[in-house]
Amino acid sequence: MSPTYRFTLNGKPAEVAGPPMARLLDVLRRDLGLTGSKEGCGEGECGACTVLLDNQPVCSCLVPLFQVEGAVITTIEGLAQGQAGALAQGQAGALAPDEKATELQRVFANEGGAQCGACTPGMIVTIKALLDRHPKPTRDQIREYVSGTLCRCTGYERIFRAVEVLTGQRPAEGEPAAHSDEVSRT
Amino acid sequence: MSLSWSPKTLAEAREALAQGATKVAGATDLMVTDHASGREHASVLNVLGISELQGIRVEGEQLSIGAASTFTLIRQSPEMATHAPLLVHAAATIGAAQIQNRATIGGNIANASPAGDSLPALLALGAMIAISGPRERRIVPYNAFHTGYRTTVLGPDELIERVFIPLPSPAVQIFRKVGTRAAQAISKVVVGFASDRLEHHRLANVRLAMGSIAAVPVRLHDVEILIEDHPLTADLADRAASLVEKTIWPIDDVRSTAEYRRHVAGQVVRRLLLDLLAAPLA
Repeated sequence: MSPTYRFTLNGKPAEVAGPPMARLLDVLRRDLGLTGSKEGCGEGECGACTVLLDNQPVCSCLVPLFQVEGAVITTIEGLAQGQAGALAQGQAGALAPDEKATELQRVFANEGGAQCGACTPGMIVTIKALLDRHPKPTRDQIREYVSGTLCRCTGYERIFRAVEVLTGQRPAEGEPAAHSDEVSRT
Repeated sequence: MSLSWSPKTLAEAREALAQGATKVAGATDLMVTDHASGREHASVLNVLGISELQGIRVEGEQLSIGAASTFTLIRQSPEMATHAPLLVHAAATIGAAQIQNRATIGGNIANASPAGDSLPALLALGAMIAISGPRERRIVPYNAFHTGYRTTVLGPDELIERVFIPLPSPAVQIFRKVGTRAAQAISKVVVGFASDRLEHHRLANVRLAMGSIAAVPVRLHDVEILIEDHPLTADLADRAASLVEKTIWPIDDVRSTAEYRRHVAGQVVRRLLLDLLAAPLA
């Protein structure tokens, strides 16, 4: 029998029985059904698995389960609204939507910050942490924060612009996303 | 079933240490090697919550850094910025935010990678390591901590409690790292340099330390003596670079060739001295 560890996940209490050194990423994806966090490299280099541990971005592939006892974990599902949030709600209880992150997701889509999408959950979570600390981040602050979350599609420029649009430092330039209800109403 | 311990004090940690539990700090290296090798641990000890391993503060004649301090905390500490900017600079080059939020100074030391970025900084600053064992605490100069490739004086029932930097710390502190990318890259060559600055372009108490060029981080004593014995000139910078190339015996590995490392190590030292030459006297 495996020991049980308790922590707060996306605002709700969570309890997981598992080996102490189980990777938090595997616990989230396999045991808790939260598949928003992706495995890229599994070595802490790519940032696709980034979650917030006590409000700090960390690679969930490098966090052993036993060290999250008593911690507060936020995943991309905890920041999501709409379909992704609803899916996560069914599996991990009701989630409080985070308005800032949700707006970030919309701007990200409109500005072309997300292309293939593999890095996007980790990128959004990382930028959430950036904006919590620096509400109007400089280009250098954005660059440094996302340097641990690799994106091979955008060349980062559109990600930087998305953050700058969101924080009112640049006018929106992106094409409205055709699939977005919000945009089609305008 | 494997056992896990998350003690709040050193006293509580001793039972786990006596039973040979694997010490786990930020786990940023351990999790990678465990996952790749399939290695399992009979029991694990979380050192991150141990109170004696926390905090960064000035205590009399030394800067005292808790072993569980993450590189993020080291970057944010005003005491670190004042007394050990070399280590702050090193901390900023370790991985990226996700790694710096987890990886600790104690973990970097105990992990004993030849490429550990904080390690040449610690050598250059003359760090001392406080090690807690079953009965006593001992203080080991950091330059005597490593015994060989990834081996150290740390016993299985001991853990690193704190790192001490003697004060006043050196007036000149310079960190240089050569890697493939500013973020995330593991060093090809990493340099920590510290000295006092005398008048007329003379340096005293020079400590020049390098990582990624030998099985352990090392000080280049011959080069230090050369720099101390001569006024700082462009010619001295060239001679120091040549001596560095003759002194070190790096290896070929996945990250670089020995030839590249030797050349770059010399040039890093040359440019560092030229930068000092160009900087106004303190």
